[in-house]
Amino acid sequence: MSLLAEMNQKALDLGLPISVHFDITYRCNERCVHCYLDHDDHGEMTTAEIVDVLEQLADAGVFFLSLSGGEVLMRRDFFEIVERARQLLFNVKVKTNGVMIREKEAARLRQLGVEQIQISVYSHRPEVHDAITKLPGSLKRTVQAIRFLKSQGLKVTIANVLMAGNFSDNTGVMALAKDLGVLYTLDPTITPKMDGDTSIIALRIPGSDLKQVFHNQELVGNVEEFCAPPPAPGEDVMDGVPCSAGHTACYISPYGDVFPCVQFPLPSGNVRRQKFLDIWRHSPELNEVRSIRARDLPTCSTCAHVGTCTRCPGLAYMEGNMRGPSTADCEKSFQRTGIPSANMLKRTRAASAGPLIQIQSLPNSVQNHNVALNVALEENFLTV
Amino acid sequence: MAEKYISRSSAIAARMLGGEMMVMSAVDSTFFTLNEVASAIWQAADGRTPLSEIVASKICREFDVDRERAQRGADRFVDELSQHGILLVSEQPIMDFSSSPGNQ
Ligand SMILES: C[S@@+](CC[C@H](N)C(=O)[O-])C[C@H]1O[C@@H](n2cnc3c(N)ncnc32)[C@H](O)[C@@H]1O
Ligand code: SF4
Ligand code: SF4
Repeated sequence: MSLLAEMNQKALDLGLPISVHFDITYRCNERCVHCYLDHDDHGEMTTAEIVDVLEQLADAGVFFLSLSGGEVLMRRDFFEIVERARQLLFNVKVKTNGVMIREKEAARLRQLGVEQIQISVYSHRPEVHDAITKLPGSLKRTVQAIRFLKSQGLKVTIANVLMAGNFSDNTGVMALAKDLGVLYTLDPTITPKMDGDTSIIALRIPGSDLKQVFHNQELVGNVEEFCAPPPAPGEDVMDGVPCSAGHTACYISPYGDVFPCVQFPLPSGNVRRQKFLDIWRHSPELNEVRSIRARDLPTCSTCAHVGTCTRCPGLAYMEGNMRGPSTADCEKSFQRTGIPSANMLKRTRAASAGPLIQIQSLPNSVQNHNVALNVALEENFLTV
Repeated sequence: MAEKYISRSSAIAARMLGGEMMVMSAVDSTFFTLNEVASAIWQAADGRTPLSEIVASKICREFDVDRERAQRGADRFVDELSQHGILLVSEQPIMDFSSSPGNQ
């Protein structure tokens, strides 16, 4: 076990929030076709409120702090927030589209000791990238930003979200990342909007493309191992927790709402009305999420994939039941191994049981943020 | 041997987790955990107090170890962290406190 994994396990044992994803604004200078957010400002927290939350997070033991949005640089006090976060000794990761990062901003991020920057790039071709962001000239500016950040010696990761419209440019973006000397990570699943609107799911790549991703050695390493049929789950699997959401991690919105994860919009409290630690310790919602073990999942506990599936409880929640399967992950497990999930089999059985039940077509593909495939083009965490 | 003064770099993240200090370098993403003794040295690394004094007052007294062993351990620890740029070491007091964002 790596040292980092050991610390995560320790945080899990102690019930401590080691990671927080904090969106400081939902406003944005881009209008990406796939974005899950509403970009209007419905009353963001002030600088003072955000600083107060940061102080509470430091006291609560949070180490990894992701600052994201929206576009973080839309806030005039962005650097003030980062400065305070660094004074509080967080490990800060910033997620941005990079458009507003020039030499000066890159230098400031370096000076403040930000550990890494994640920047979204959807294609190496401006006509494809800019059509997704709906901001003409955005690819050019984003790539320039990456160069500025790299020249400051910052660790940069390009994040690519795969959609039907940019799937074929995946290798081009990977080559661009290599060229720029940055890490590359891709996410093959479009998630519904935070308000529950599922229209953007239509942008997902088809199952055949997903299969191609999972069988690409450059992306997954050992294909045979990655796509192997799942081993029979043991007791440890059935007693396991699905992911870090609510266990060692949570999400805070620009309005102070606390969720188990950015992808799990279950309102669990609000830092404008409650202390963060009170929410973390006593929120009935977080405690419910925490109580769930694999054996409590009605369909998934009977599934061959239960031990290896990337099942996202947030996506399951958005489908109507946090203990249910996440069809996006069923599709992933299926495309990876060729073995149908318990959920698929159940639906097929239900469909053949009588004419009154319709076969529900499964969304074409799936993914979840926790399992974005990582392709390390540089050294990853070096642990001592 | 010349006296050593140590101070924490500004390019690090740090947090206590169940009695251990997690430290990560923003320069090369090296991740360390410091045990209780190492954490005590870390927290006393104010750039002004000589390492020998930190060893005497924080380590020997609080952890009941003999002076020579504690000094050897502290020297090794300081060397390793300084190689990763996590601790700054000097033979003179280190006066630049832009580098110490708190004592978490
Ligand atoms: C919401 S953005 C915030 C940071 C910054 N504005 C950016 O675009 O990188 C964070 C990441 O989520 C991705 N994203 C947005 N909507 C998504 C969706 N519906 N499904 C999956 N990923 C999505 C973006 O492509 C981006 O990589
Ligand atoms: S840049 Fe990020 S926040 Fe803005 S619209 Fe695109 S994905 Fe959404
Ligand atoms: S494949 Fe589907 S049914 Fe099986 S564990 Fe994953 S989400 Fe649950």
